[in-house]
Amino acid sequence: MNRIRTERRLGWLMAGPALLLMTAVTVVPVLRTVALSLESYSLSAPGERAFAGLGNYREILTSGDWWRDLSSTVILTVTSVGIEFVLGFALALAMHKVLWGRQLLRTVVLVPYAVLTVVSAFAFRFAFQPSVGFVGGDFNWLGETWSAYTVIVLTEVWKTTPFMALMLLAGLVTVPGEVHEAAKVDGAGAWQRLWRVTIPAIRSAIMVALLFRTLDAFRIFDTVYIQTQGAVGTETLSFLSYRFLIRDLEVGLGSAVSVLLFVCVAMIAAGFVRAFRGES
Amino acid sequence: MKRRVADILVTLTVAVWTLAPIAWVVSLSLKPATLQNDGRFLPASPTLDNYTGLFTKPVFTSALGNSVGISLIATTVSVIVAIFAAYAIARLAFRGSGLVLGTALCLTMFPAIALVGPLFTLWTELGLFDTWLGLIIPYVSFSLPLAIWLLTSFFRTIPRALEESAQVDGATRLQALVRVVLPAAVPGVVTTFLLTFLGCWGEFLFAISLTSTEASRTVPAALAFFTGDSEFQQPYGAIAAAALMVTVPVVVLVLLAQRRIVAGLTSGAVKG
Repeated sequence: MNRIRTERRLGWLMAGPALLLMTAVTVVPVLRTVALSLESYSLSAPGERAFAGLGNYREILTSGDWWRDLSSTVILTVTSVGIEFVLGFALALAMHKVLWGRQLLRTVVLVPYAVLTVVSAFAFRFAFQPSVGFVGGDFNWLGETWSAYTVIVLTEVWKTTPFMALMLLAGLVTVPGEVHEAAKVDGAGAWQRLWRVTIPAIRSAIMVALLFRTLDAFRIFDTVYIQTQGAVGTETLSFLSYRFLIRDLEVGLGSAVSVLLFVCVAMIAAGFVRAFRGES
Repeated sequence: MKRRVADILVTLTVAVWTLAPIAWVVSLSLKPATLQNDGRFLPASPTLDNYTGLFTKPVFTSALGNSVGISLIATTVSVIVAIFAAYAIARLAFRGSGLVLGTALCLTMFPAIALVGPLFTLWTELGLFDTWLGLIIPYVSFSLPLAIWLLTSFFRTIPRALEESAQVDGATRLQALVRVVLPAAVPGVVTTFLLTFLGCWGEFLFAISLTSTEASRTVPAALAFFTGDSEFQQPYGAIAAAALMVTVPVVVLVLLAQRRIVAGLTSGAVKG
């Protein structure tokens, strides 16, 4: 009995600092964000600071900026995660099946993962820049909405497909080979085996990979900052919040955007958890 | 034979796709200033001017020092704190382990931008704005979840018998951790250190929001402000060279630790 108690105390003692560091730097500031979001507060006019109730939220939700940025964030998230999933799945199957050059394959896929987001954003921006890059010719890719989306999505896909592939590969290696052999004997084609055997077997790995990447993509900031600065309709929600907070010093409005973004992320996570529970 | 050709084709396609953007940045970094705008993939007359030029720029050299210092300190603190937490989760019967893992999971889903506002105002009041500590604190918090997660799964692979025999010999839990478990977990700790370092090293949002001068601006942030140098002639070559200087070392480290990183990154997905 005594031993259990000592062990419990030691546990809290050892895990306490980590718990404290994770919560102190998040919970306290988040409460502050919520408080600030209810204030009319601009650092450029600190004297006029006042309680505003839900005024900031009303202003944001009735402005065009929020809805435009929400739709561009959703578009970027859905397209990049969608493409990454298809490519990542193919890549995971390749890493699982390829015998010749497997070591090389498993090594090169880690390269984009290790490259800084800022660096990949610059690489693609310069590659498409008129008269500098070798891809785009004279067309200003980052100067128009849809072509700018294309470049941003391409950058994200390049950078994060390896992560997706590794998560899916982790699922693939757990599928016993006999299951495949059995399906083969029963006359199932490669395509059927993929849909009927492989995908159902690794459903949890798929859900985890999609959840992590969707939440990550929804918070996209770095690539947009480097490539377009939010111009031509590519501004995202993280960037909107940054613009209010750091550029315009509108602490109240920026905090309200942060809170709304936080709510969106929580809703996405809850949606995934629900879908996951419903299936299994 | 057919199989072999198909395999090699797949590998080569993936290799070209992953390496082409890097090759392009290398090429750009080797182009002399006069040929930056030739729009060609390969540099016509390669030169190292962009690299030598970097070290005369305090914008870059101070940023490099800040990046190395801030990332190393944040990573070290984070890994040490995580070692204790992960050991407690993996080995001790205490109710907090679910709470710690749950908090870690919530934090990985947390939008960092939601902290920028409060930290910006709080740091200004506390005098932490534009200081190393001002970045180290959020970096430690945000890198803890991954570090705890990885270390917990590494500790779980170490046989309990190891420390039990140490305890029979009269060692305390803490002694067993330091003398028996840690030495066995060195590869896992190194991998965790590397992945945690990678996260801090490339962090961008806090770096541009919580710093304003060369006193604490890290390389990713400094790179973003390189562009502002002149409106008409952007220093493409200098940006490319600086980008490579901070990318190549970490890419090499990651590739050296390739097997363990793949194992570490994927360990979460299966259990999740």
